[in-house]
Amino acid sequence: MKKMQRGSTERIKRLREISDHLSVPCVSMERAVLLTEAYKKYEGKVSAPLLRGLAFKHIMENRILYIEKGALIIGEKGHKPWAAPTFPELCCHSLEDFDNMNNREKVFFKVTEEDKKIQEEVIIPYWKDRALMTRMNAILPQAWHKLFQAGLFTEFLMQRGPGHTVADGKIYQKGYGELIKDIEAAIESLDYNNDLAALNKREELEGMKLVCEGMIIFGERYAAQARALAETETDPIWKKELLELAEVCDVVPKHAPETFRQAVQMYWFTHIGVTIEMNNWDAYSPGKLDQHLEPFYNQDIEEGRITREDAREILENLWIQFNNQPAPPKVGITLKESATYTDFCNINTGALRPDGTCGVSDVSYLILEVMDEMKLLQPSSNVQISQKTPENFLREAIKVSRKGWGQPAFYNSEAIIQELLYLGKSLDDARESGIASGCVETGTAGKEAYVLTGYLNIPKIFELVLNRGFDSYTKTQVGLDLGDPRDFSTYGEVYDAFYQQLKYVVDVKVAGNNVIERMYMDHMPVPLLSVITDDCIKSGVDYNAGGARYNTSYIQCVGIATIADSLAVIKKNVFEDGKLAMDQLLAACKANFEGYDEIYHIVHNETPKYGNDDDYADGILKSVADSLQSAIAGRKTPKGSKTVVEFLPTTCHVYFGQVMEASPNGRYAGTPLPDGISPEKGADRNGPTAVIKSASKLDQLKTGGALLNQKFSPAVVAGEDGITHMAALIRSYFALDGHHLQFNVIERETLLKAQQNPKEYENLIVRVAGYSDYFNNLDRALQDEIINRTEQVFA
Amino acid sequence: MQTPYIFNIQKFSTHDGPGIRTTFFFKGCPLQCMWCHNPESQKYEPEYMVAKDGKNELVGKQYSIKELVKKAQSDQIFFDRSGGGVTFSGGEVMTQEISYVEELAKQLKKIGISVLIDTCGIAPESNFKKLLPYVDGFLYDLKFLDSQQHCKFTGAQNQLALKNLQLISDSGGAIYLRLLLLKRINDDVPAMTNIISWLKDNHIKIKRVDLLPYHNFGRDKYTKLGRICTQNFEAPEKECLEDLKKLLEGAGYFVKIGG
Repeated sequence: MKKMQRGSTERIKRLREISDHLSVPCVSMERAVLLTEAYKKYEGKVSAPLLRGLAFKHIMENRILYIEKGALIIGEKGHKPWAAPTFPELCCHSLEDFDNMNNREKVFFKVTEEDKKIQEEVIIPYWKDRALMTRMNAILPQAWHKLFQAGLFTEFLMQRGPGHTVADGKIYQKGYGELIKDIEAAIESLDYNNDLAALNKREELEGMKLVCEGMIIFGERYAAQARALAETETDPIWKKELLELAEVCDVVPKHAPETFRQAVQMYWFTHIGVTIEMNNWDAYSPGKLDQHLEPFYNQDIEEGRITREDAREILENLWIQFNNQPAPPKVGITLKESATYTDFCNINTGALRPDGTCGVSDVSYLILEVMDEMKLLQPSSNVQISQKTPENFLREAIKVSRKGWGQPAFYNSEAIIQELLYLGKSLDDARESGIASGCVETGTAGKEAYVLTGYLNIPKIFELVLNRGFDSYTKTQVGLDLGDPRDFSTYGEVYDAFYQQLKYVVDVKVAGNNVIERMYMDHMPVPLLSVITDDCIKSGVDYNAGGARYNTSYIQCVGIATIADSLAVIKKNVFEDGKLAMDQLLAACKANFEGYDEIYHIVHNETPKYGNDDDYADGILKSVADSLQSAIAGRKTPKGSKTVVEFLPTTCHVYFGQVMEASPNGRYAGTPLPDGISPEKGADRNGPTAVIKSASKLDQLKTGGALLNQKFSPAVVAGEDGITHMAALIRSYFALDGHHLQFNVIERETLLKAQQNPKEYENLIVRVAGYSDYFNNLDRALQDEIINRTEQVFA
Repeated sequence: MQTPYIFNIQKFSTHDGPGIRTTFFFKGCPLQCMWCHNPESQKYEPEYMVAKDGKNELVGKQYSIKELVKKAQSDQIFFDRSGGGVTFSGGEVMTQEISYVEELAKQLKKIGISVLIDTCGIAPESNFKKLLPYVDGFLYDLKFLDSQQHCKFTGAQNQLALKNLQLISDSGGAIYLRLLLLKRINDDVPAMTNIISWLKDNHIKIKRVDLLPYHNFGRDKYTKLGRICTQNFEAPEKECLEDLKKLLEGAGYFVKIGG
């Protein structure tokens, strides 16, 4: 499988080649340097929102603007494609971190000697003690650090800021010039007599005004640069195109777009602005792009301004721009929980319209075609399927998906809307803005801050129960000692102990979340994101301080199948059938089942397991899910968020497995946990329909999303019948309120070959967990995990 | 009533009739086809077979009708959305205790689950008459038109199979004619022409013809049963399959390669 030249025109093929082959992931120091200049100048003299606004404006006034020959859509996060800026105000990298990024085999970022010199002489001296992560680490309690080091949970907001930001339609209605007017009106109407927070609001709104000015300057500078290049350009075609580029930048982002191309460029400028302002976890996403672009597309086609092919080329260029932006460098545990370049931009295609009707249009089909042609990791693409979705659109999406690289993933529109309603959102907002972003997370585009706060290792909580709170990975007492499990006389006692330990770990995690959230509220406003998120301008409150219309705080639970199956082993074999003594089972786990073949046989083959549509095991999974809800859901946070349970892993299921002993259900020590709500590997033996039935017993509507991954061999999904069967699986799962379903359709043999000869399989893309990645980019443990996932080869 | 043994319940079965299906494999068969890929289906009694983990596992389990209905029902949502249902396969289900099979089909039909029967046709005519009101069709495995050849490869004459096929067709039952093809044995044009003429002469109405190329995936099952596999067949060439498909299509049949 040689890397194909993808792209529907020569222009796109060339840009693609630059993005894929001629660019090397590297660190871009420019942002950090400009940020430091601004902070040095203003810190201590102005309020936090003004400081952030001034710094952003300074960056936009001075950063290098990159224009690649032939580009229709412009804008990079760094000084060139694949150059990733750093965010020292969050995480100030040491020189060792830089060496590590440069030298590591996977997800590397090249660092030059010059970069290191700047880091050492300019960045580190200023930021070492100021970086939020440094300050957090000093404040967070010992109990938190112990559980964190032991891998009971991770923390999203140490190296990255609160994200999960998806655009709604407002940037296509108003440019930043118009938005400044709204902000000025809000400042004008502040009432210093009756509104006791009026000054805070003014500072915030002034910060918002500064970032809008920064965005306008960004566009104006691009227009000027394109004209200057045109002056000296000798190639007449490119000279003409440069002038056209300049004309686009004369309009956006200062004004609302008037054409399809301007609309795409408007989104992209905003994307770059938001992701330069802050290292948002999950970058920024266009949301319902087909619906946002549809009026521009229809008008341009009608007035003969563009053809369908022109629109396609513009979209393909947008895809390349996404591909050019790796997620900013991560280190340590953050890298382990998310070991990928992917920045989790996610496009929702075919979703419902604000009036609740089906939103599939020609632009939706166009996006499917672009997805298929470009076959790029970024942006992550999904389709929303509702009962109103025409069968033809579903089948076309399946045709792309079954090619084996996991895109598009399938989301259930009705489930998303019900999840949002359950969390108190209005039906109008749920319909207009109901999206799934990042991996599978539900949210309200342009109206909500829904922040991922970290993964929770559910089966390890149970491991702590079995080890009386002692963690064998860090060799430290990290949890509660709830007595010797050999003394438990009923299954109820076992379960109660699990719940107590769960409560303890969640309490520590949530206390940490509250500390961290408060630090972001006070020190790290994001005025640009606030400008484009309802109702921050109206309330004068920052996105990071609770200014959004809705605020949600997710805790992502990992390994629910492992804990359910482990509890089933104990309930059935220890307490009901008496086949095993607790003592034997604990000894077998400690020994990683070596020398305990009989016990392994019992736990592996003679115990009901989740994923087989068996109410015994599925019932235990349900009770664990209920316990998670009661321990986690509905807690209030400093900015007024509600905490919500979610089931997604990114790559964290691998890391969480690495820090664990063998589990009572026969999962070997150090091996990955199952992803999302997928069954334990080898546990599901009755095919995909049984997995779907089991998964649907979990009440997914009360979560912020649950990920289900199914792997098929190509033969199963071949032909028209194969499409019919996949469509029926999707429709059935969604009728049962399933949230998300994705398919991997690649032969096991192909993956094994790719592992042996990575060079020959350069462009092999696989679905990991809520996102896709190049197989070669994954580390060995994750590759093995994907190979070992149950392959559904039935019939 | 003798409760039949079932050796496998296969969910998400996609090659035993239309849509997503659950297939009940009944244990016991009147034939001993030389190419059989499910040798554990041949004996009517339970027997031991070596399982994946090397342990001996008893193959063949009895279920109450209620249990089987419940198992089918658990996937009804998938049947409804794919045009699928339940397939009774074997072995040869039509040689099982027929009151059991009839009652099972009846109960499934009652709750709106479509039933297909996979049969070789070597079973009493009266059994077919009993099942016809409750099933939506038959996957009819016609082994050979020539009775001598039928006998040579399966151990039984084929008169009963032809007669039952006629019965189903005359009663208006849907027939998916399934033809297993073996290289150089029955994959030639004259053999297929004979089948077509026989179908035409007897006015047999066929909903679809499935051409099933031989595969040897069942070989190691013989070893696991402690038997010796003597199969020495080959799958027909791809072009040959395409030629036969064209021939059948020319005669007005809807044809599918594979089930």
